[in-house]
Amino acid sequence: MIDNDKVNFHFDIDGDNFTTAGEASVKIKKALRQMGFSADTIRRVSVAMYEGEINMVIHADGGEADVNVYPNKIEIILADKGPGIPDIEKAMQAGYSTAPDDIRSLGFGAGMGLPNMKKYTDSIDIQTEVGVGTTVTMVVNV
Amino acid sequence: MTVAELSVKLGAKNICLPSPEREVTGAYTGDLLSWVMGRAPADSAWVTIMSNLNVVAVASLADVACVILSENVELDSDALKKAENEGINILSVADGSYETCAALSKLI
Ligand SMILES: Nc1ncnc2c1ncn2[C@@H]1O[C@H](COP(=O)(O)OP(=O)(O)O)[C@@H](O)[C@H]1O
Ligand SMILES: [Mg+2]
Repeated sequence: MIDNDKVNFHFDIDGDNFTTAGEASVKIKKALRQMGFSADTIRRVSVAMYEGEINMVIHADGGEADVNVYPNKIEIILADKGPGIPDIEKAMQAGYSTAPDDIRSLGFGAGMGLPNMKKYTDSIDIQTEVGVGTTVTMVVNV
Repeated sequence: MTVAELSVKLGAKNICLPSPEREVTGAYTGDLLSWVMGRAPADSAWVTIMSNLNVVAVASLADVACVILSENVELDSDALKKAENEGINILSVADGSYETCAALSKLI
């Protein structure tokens, strides 16, 4: 879908499906590669989006992902109608996780997702309301 | 060194080797996916005992040169199919992660 200067990619992220978790991120990675972005930019977007995608699957029963590619930046918007995050400051701490044991046994739940998203993007904004949902908007400048 | 050369030197089994000529320039070990995502350098060999589908996604997104499954861990068939589709190199070794990394430090 082309809207003058931006290209939009939209995905519905299935909740509770760990076999397809990460697929939207892998698709974005391929698209960015085809569009000729640098390996570093692609890696930053990939890591940030994967963490956000996994969070929606683990913590929010899925949601929607939009990636807008502009000439000078890549914007990733992840919106869910999950439980919301009661204490963002705590959630942003490295190692903080509410993931249950069965999720940990898959290798998730290290509490490094949000810190990775912050580290690999130029900006991150989290709008969240308990009982309503969470929208994470991240930007990687090109 | 290429992944194919590394495999021979480690005495590894090639589980899936779609890009044998890919260069390996470092190594990283860990089983927590977010740590690997955040810390493994691109083009490294990732040594792990995790073998589920998500390993393939992380290997692809973190852009590692290959995954090395230690302790003869087996890849499940869904993960193998995905690795083939995504072009992810996966090797398997009998040694543990420690011994494998010790060997890697002499090779890379
Ligand atoms: N989309 C979300 N909806 C609800 N809670 C979330 C969401 N994303 C993150 N969280 C909360 O923030 C915590 C920290 O997230 P993160 O750093 O990704 O670690 P992890 O996913 O390994 O638990 C999670 O354990 C969870 O409590
Ligand atoms: Mg997370």
